[in-house]
Amino acid sequence: MNEALILVGIVLVGTSGLPGAFLSRQSAVGERVAAVLMVVGSTCGIAGAGAVALAARLTDFSLPWAVPGGELAVRIDGIAAMFLLQIFLIAPLGSIYGLRYWKQSEHPDNGRKLRLFFGVLTAALALLVIAHNSLLFLLGWETMALAAFVLITTEDTDEEVHAAGFVYIVATRVGTLCLFAMFALLHVAAGSWTFAAPSAMAPSLANTIFVLAVVGFGLKAGMMPMHVWLPGAHANAPSHVSALMSGVLIKSGIYGLVRVCSFFEHPPLWWGVTLLVLGIVSGVLGVAFAIGQHDMKRLLAYHSVENIGIITIGIAIAVIGRSLEQPELVVLGITGALLHVWNHGLFKALLFLSAGAVLHATGTREIDQLGGLAKKMPWTALAFVIGAVAICGLPPLNGFVSELLVYLALFRSMLLASPGAWIAGAFGAPALALIGGLALACFAKVFSTVFLGSARSDRVDHAHEAGALMIAPMAILAACCAFIGLVPSAIAPILDHAARIWAPETSHGVPLGSLAPLSLLSVTGFALVTLLALGGVLIARLTGPSRVRRSVTWDCGYAAPSSHMQYTASSFADSLVRLFSWALRPEQRSPSLASPFPRTASFSSHVPDTFLDRAILPTLRGIGRGFVWFRWAQRGNVHVYLLYILATLLLTLLVRR
Amino acid sequence: MPLFTIDTVIHVLVVVMLPPLLLGVITKTKALVAGRVGAPFFQPYYDLFKLLRKGTVYSTTTGWVFRASPVVGIATAFLASFLVPLGHHAAPLSFAGDLILFAYLFGLARFFTVCAALDTGSAFEGMGAAREATFSSLAEPALFLGLLVLVKRSASLSLGTMLGSGLSAEWLGAGASLVLVLVSLFIVLLAENCRIPFDDPNTHLELTMIHEVMVLDHSGPAFGMILYGAAMKLFVLGAIIVRLALPFDTANPWIDWGVFVGGMIALSVVIGMVESAMARLRLNQVPSLLVAACLLSGFSIILLAR
Repeated sequence: MNEALILVGIVLVGTSGLPGAFLSRQSAVGERVAAVLMVVGSTCGIAGAGAVALAARLTDFSLPWAVPGGELAVRIDGIAAMFLLQIFLIAPLGSIYGLRYWKQSEHPDNGRKLRLFFGVLTAALALLVIAHNSLLFLLGWETMALAAFVLITTEDTDEEVHAAGFVYIVATRVGTLCLFAMFALLHVAAGSWTFAAPSAMAPSLANTIFVLAVVGFGLKAGMMPMHVWLPGAHANAPSHVSALMSGVLIKSGIYGLVRVCSFFEHPPLWWGVTLLVLGIVSGVLGVAFAIGQHDMKRLLAYHSVENIGIITIGIAIAVIGRSLEQPELVVLGITGALLHVWNHGLFKALLFLSAGAVLHATGTREIDQLGGLAKKMPWTALAFVIGAVAICGLPPLNGFVSELLVYLALFRSMLLASPGAWIAGAFGAPALALIGGLALACFAKVFSTVFLGSARSDRVDHAHEAGALMIAPMAILAACCAFIGLVPSAIAPILDHAARIWAPETSHGVPLGSLAPLSLLSVTGFALVTLLALGGVLIARLTGPSRVRRSVTWDCGYAAPSSHMQYTASSFADSLVRLFSWALRPEQRSPSLASPFPRTASFSSHVPDTFLDRAILPTLRGIGRGFVWFRWAQRGNVHVYLLYILATLLLTLLVRR
Repeated sequence: MPLFTIDTVIHVLVVVMLPPLLLGVITKTKALVAGRVGAPFFQPYYDLFKLLRKGTVYSTTTGWVFRASPVVGIATAFLASFLVPLGHHAAPLSFAGDLILFAYLFGLARFFTVCAALDTGSAFEGMGAAREATFSSLAEPALFLGLLVLVKRSASLSLGTMLGSGLSAEWLGAGASLVLVLVSLFIVLLAENCRIPFDDPNTHLELTMIHEVMVLDHSGPAFGMILYGAAMKLFVLGAIIVRLALPFDTANPWIDWGVFVGGMIALSVVIGMVESAMARLRLNQVPSLLVAACLLSGFSIILLAR
């Protein structure tokens, strides 16, 4: 029943854009049909996945499939259900938002393509999450990757979009290559393409599988330094696509990593340590790069890298806990990571949707051109500030709960005698604190510069509040953030179930509720809300209309402050960018004073992606030069490439015999 | 849960009444060291009452964030105080991981203070906000490293237990590492509360301020709430240091309260002495001092693990 609901949901969602593709460019029927199909399909999916998650049992389903070795084997367990719920919540919200944000009448050229592949991407994500067979998984994975490419390059006439799409496609191909190798090795070890824990395997084989999984899935998740495709792709895609990509798509990498790690009951300690180092590097440098950005959506994209880092730290502690046979660490680490997957999906989608509303209203992503938007777009501002508080991991919202679980795991690892464990805690916890502090600085910067103060350019003057179709999805996401933050014990059973699936041997009798103070978090959360409300009433009483005077901002006696005297985002970030200049390599052009009467001068600063510009592109260019001779094989004709595929297949068959 | 006992009532009363006194003691100490008589101990209370009676000027640039920030400051500091054991008295709220909530509550207050400063659109306040955000993101790891030492030492994840009755025995066993943590947390206290050498609350030049310049545009009751919230934050963070430095447990609850209040006043005197003896650091040297605080706690962890 549940699996049928989910499969129907996947089919409906996957074909949601199809009717519209056959309708005329001007017709608004297609977009409405797509949104309705998306919502109906997702409701089916949420019903099915929710039932599995709450009932804490798994559902199997399998059909024969003509692909050699392939089987249409589907398994919906606690982990898959968590990811499904996220996919089926965020995708339809993005679709509803798109009705207003990417109207067919305003985008006749690419609106139909966008909706078609939006549905395909959602369905592919859901398919890969429930796949119980390597080949089915790879089918979903490749469909997802290619659909995302089409979506990133929605506005394919723009040069910047082209570049971003190209970097993405290269990164995703490399990742898939690693995954092919990894699944082939898993097949060697387990003897079948079905997902299952391989019984015994040589350590070197297991290590190779782990490294390939980290690279292949890490490229998709955007772990540093494999994140290079992510900022450009997220910045240039339409905002509801960015929300889906950042909130859900990159989590498919996390899903793969979580799934593969679950196969190994006794991982060596260095696996966990490697993941921890990757997590800390992604977290700290992700947020450091974010601070240097002045493009709102690029900034949010770097925060995805940061949050992937936090999730990876959680997985790392769970893997370390597994190697040391510490069930508490396993449960806290994996539930923290999975809950953060949910939470990041919610608040990052919220932030991208509100950033999209700003972009829609003002036509720019440049933070330093904006300002004072809270007065013109109060609801968008409220949505953004809720997302900002949540992403900084501040109470009483959801980000705090998942970060608390990861912190608890790190603190508990401090208490163990094994040096590997407590060194992990001693580095992980302060790193997480640093990430939190820097994220706070970054979101204070972007929220204040965009929404507070006064307008920095005339783009703001024509801004208008987003329509109800754009506000409603944001409101739902914000409500989810508040709900998980205030009543975390409500989702504890779902997390417990997922943890049992992940590590069946260790998590018997260690419920999350006994390890983490979930119900007390509700007490403190509601206490905080009550105190804030009381304080609000108090200050409203003390500053009644009769006792308040309005005036200009006090500028130390200067009577005519102008909006250009405000602190900009770049100046706010300057001291932090300097602290991290060893990694960020900021490019600055400052004016030099040549004469006693200075002329008009300009200052600019920019933080490019060091890894892409200084490491990866030069390396790839070098490789490209070395392989110039191979270009003869690139004929540019489809039939030649088909010939190559046929020849390769024949060759493989010959070798196998 | 030891909520609603006589100790809790005293706890709330002390947290509500005492914070401004600390400011009074600091000012008095500085005056005495400088050879002046100084303002009376209760001057901060008079100032608060005066501010509450005044009218308010709001800048036309500002919106609801600007008005919300004083409320967030007081609410978070008040809630955080419930997690800290004052003296030898159990914290009213105590659970595994409460130290994380403790630190992040102040984060919430900081987010709104920084945003409120930027809401005014004044370059001065933007400058202060940028400094606050920069320095506190470095103070955060120092605070967590310090707390990690206490976690490792006491094998517990809640402030109530790690500052509980086992502490005096720990001083005998691991005094050296606790001294290092104490110094590190004291540096964090000075940084978080914008005292010298990080920031001079009494300076007269907006260009050099951090906290004071962020709240330049607040006036009347709202400004009073900001001062009061800041004092409460000093009090709550100070309470951890006092408990760590004076882990004495007498059986008599009244003597325990006396020791605690005496300790808080002594802490204020120490802050006053530091402020009299030192000048404010150049802003570009502040990060080094905060990193030094991290390293002190790092050494302390190594001492524990040897």
